[in-house]
Amino acid sequence: MSIPISSLLTNGSATPARERWTYLDRVLSTTSPYAGEEFVPGEETIDALESSRVLVIGAGGLGCEILKNLALSGFKDIHVIDMDTIDVSNLNRQFLFRESDVGKSKAEVAAAFVEQRVPGVKITPYNGKIQDKDEEYYMQFKLVICGLDSIEARRWINATLVDMVDMGNPESLKPLIDGGTEGFKGQARVILPTLTSCIECQLSMHAPRAAVPLCTLATIPRQPQHCIEWAHIIAWEEHRKGETLDTDDPEHITWLYNTALARAKEFNIPGVTYSLTQGVVKNIIPAIASTNAIIAAACCNEALKIATSCAPFLENYMMYTGDSNDSGLYTYTFAAEKKDDCPVCGNLSQDITIDPEMRLEEFLASLAERAEAQLKKPSIRTEAKTLYVQAPKSLEEQTRPNLSKKMKDLVSDGEEVGVAEAAFQISFKFRLVFGK
Amino acid sequence: MTTEIAPRDVTPPPLQAPTAKEKKYDRQLRLWAASGQRALEDSHVLLIVGDEYQGSNSSVAGVEALKNLVLPSVGSFTIADSAQVTVSDLGVNFFLDSDSLHKSRAEETRRLLSELNPDVTGHAITTPLAEWLPVEGSLKPYNLIIACAPIPSEILQRICFYALQSSIPAIYVQSAGFYASFSIQLPSAFPIVDTHPDPESTQDLRLLAPWPELDAAVDSLGDISSLPDHDHGHIPYILILLYFLREWKANHNGNSPSTFKEKTEFRDLVRSRARVDNPEGGEENFDEACAAVLKSITPPPIDSGCKEMMAMHLCTSLSSDSANFWVIANAIKQFYETHGVLPLPGSLPDMKATSAEYIKLQSLYKAKARSDVAEVTTTVRHTESLLSRETTIPESEIEAFCRNASHVRVLTNPAHEPFPSLRLGSGDHKTISRIASLLENDWEALLPVFVGLNARANPSSPLDVTALTSDPELLETLTKATAEVERVSGGELHNISSVIGGMVAQEAIKLLTRQYVPVDGTCVFDGIRSKSGVYKI
Repeated sequence: MSIPISSLLTNGSATPARERWTYLDRVLSTTSPYAGEEFVPGEETIDALESSRVLVIGAGGLGCEILKNLALSGFKDIHVIDMDTIDVSNLNRQFLFRESDVGKSKAEVAAAFVEQRVPGVKITPYNGKIQDKDEEYYMQFKLVICGLDSIEARRWINATLVDMVDMGNPESLKPLIDGGTEGFKGQARVILPTLTSCIECQLSMHAPRAAVPLCTLATIPRQPQHCIEWAHIIAWEEHRKGETLDTDDPEHITWLYNTALARAKEFNIPGVTYSLTQGVVKNIIPAIASTNAIIAAACCNEALKIATSCAPFLENYMMYTGDSNDSGLYTYTFAAEKKDDCPVCGNLSQDITIDPEMRLEEFLASLAERAEAQLKKPSIRTEAKTLYVQAPKSLEEQTRPNLSKKMKDLVSDGEEVGVAEAAFQISFKFRLVFGK
Repeated sequence: MTTEIAPRDVTPPPLQAPTAKEKKYDRQLRLWAASGQRALEDSHVLLIVGDEYQGSNSSVAGVEALKNLVLPSVGSFTIADSAQVTVSDLGVNFFLDSDSLHKSRAEETRRLLSELNPDVTGHAITTPLAEWLPVEGSLKPYNLIIACAPIPSEILQRICFYALQSSIPAIYVQSAGFYASFSIQLPSAFPIVDTHPDPESTQDLRLLAPWPELDAAVDSLGDISSLPDHDHGHIPYILILLYFLREWKANHNGNSPSTFKEKTEFRDLVRSRARVDNPEGGEENFDEACAAVLKSITPPPIDSGCKEMMAMHLCTSLSSDSANFWVIANAIKQFYETHGVLPLPGSLPDMKATSAEYIKLQSLYKAKARSDVAEVTTTVRHTESLLSRETTIPESEIEAFCRNASHVRVLTNPAHEPFPSLRLGSGDHKTISRIASLLENDWEALLPVFVGLNARANPSSPLDVTALTSDPELLETLTKATAEVERVSGGELHNISSVIGGMVAQEAIKLLTRQYVPVDGTCVFDGIRSKSGVYKI
């Protein structure tokens, strides 16, 4: 197939109001062999884009970039949620903030900045948690873009959007575009809730770091991290009982650092520094402007494609590696699989192999580390009875004796259990298979 | 526990409390450390936008790249752009505002980029390239040049020539519609010591080449079968492996396990000696030992990059003005020739052990690493005096080299090749045949993006795609890619320019800090398929 070039170019000049969008309009007003069949070049598509209300979750490193990108992609009605305030360590990448903004709401400052820079765009900030909002709120958006650093928040919005899908109402399906970065690496993914692989299906691809056993911390520390974790988990509880540790309070970090340093001296362990203490205690992930720029723009490119059909959107995962020792950088674009036994979007329960001799307490603790579960404060029930619940207190006390019972005395081989955690509205279905 | 806890009211201020600067740049210092930051802050980056008006001239990609360098605090930047801001610029470039209209684009983007970081100095050059560039010394202040396409070949040639002559890297960026690309022109040799290899792949435990002190540590274990359970369960796995390697060798004519089959047999041997009749029903240190067999029972590693380095002319024939890198490389080569192994990196992974035993073993590795550094340093000092060099190489530089010796890399540009776009524009046959042969194995079909972006590299004679292939299907792909570029007439999509600007900034950081491994060649990004590829054109 050959394309006569002349027929692709727009004729005449744009109206003054559209002149600002000359370059965007060249893409939205001309045909391309790569566009989908449903793409209608011209005004209709531009109108659809401008009337699409979109939600941005997170106004941090990715969020600042996302807001800029959406505004310069022709979106006019953007909402943004973030519960955080601006910290000085944000300024090396969160470019909508200045030193004088430290302490203010990220969502509000970011929204005001972009609105002022790009005339005609309306950005509505919400300074709070995504959990404050209900389904009715999320229903108003055409799509949702996440720029978050928390797995918990991602799982919450994912479960909410999956739950909202009503097969009889196509409008209830809200595409979720998710970006994430760590150092020079990142990923962008597109999720059509209930139709394609969701965040929960892909959970094991982002396995948590294995925790150091408590006995190592308590008796045989070897690494500076062990000394810091000891100060963090054991010494604080012993010496400053009742005080809530605030990892943003320099006095608290300094105390942990000094305590860890003393312990390290005792065992001749080198390497405890203030910076490492902060890194371990706050679980700091390195972050740079350039990686955020790449991932945020890849996400917004998908948003533009979904809102206008001007090109096929990502199906469904792009992994980006900017620190490859072989080729400098590479991307890997692939379709992550939807899992039938996904606890959120699947209809089968997921198999978990357990040692029948294990106590319920140990099983629940292991759920935090299992890549496919990552549940920190789980409650558990079988179809017939409640095995353990975290709250309310009366129920917790009533079910507590089960914690020390062996699994084989509580469930049968192959029995299905429901595991719930207060942080998510959904219950995870697991089938417990006896093994070692 | 005898650890003394500081009571709350007297928590002394930490000796290493972070400075204001460390706080602001904390998230990046965790990647490239103070040394990388210093290199970044000593840099001056020049962004050049072509004069010939074609859409937005990839200027958004360039400015986005600069944004990502200003934020982490590059020392200075200069924007050379003779264009005036148009209304259409305002819809694609975030670093312009309504007040910018009809003013100098260089000056306005400089103003709004400078707002991002008071630690950075920005400059603007607003005169046309043809006026200031040919002036003697015009490019002297800069140690990285980023050029935004299209740039007339005569000017581009001058940039390429200057960069090669002064051994600085240069990057050529192109962005139009959904397609973007960048190429890096490296100096003739570009050595990197701190390549940040994957820590998993870099362990050098010397299990098959233990030095006397490590052997002595195995001797001191005695007969481990007679150890009490607690001690047996806390022998560091490295010593377990060394202990059983002796036993294996005694039964295998002095040979170590080398094939996969032998290694699994060896693993079974180790596993069979773990105690299972203890309360835990097994031993964690033996589990660790078994898990490490396949990866760790190997000869001391040496990467191909390091071998290539040792074979290079710059390494074998030093002169009094050789760079520090080559003087150390030469000493490393001598070390390798003498001992058959590289200096020991000296790091030890965490493993099940008592604190005291672990620290003892760790000190053993560190002491050996230090003695290797001392030997290399002696060679370096000897060379320095032989060559009557005026300055001595800092010990820290030698130490850093020894620590990462196996993973050191030297990227090269031996034929002094300029950007492929420039070569293509001048109809260079070698470049065309290289593209033709790359297209044959281009499974992801990303090279057509580069062809499309460069179809008009020579404005007076568009590229003849039939010279690249005779395959009708591929021809159609190339024609479609060219049309995809044509339909936007040089107009950028903000998202695509932001992606490529981010990639260019990552590369710029690698080039300026001399850390990590940069792209050696050309990278393309296809925003329609959300894919990228790297080619050596």
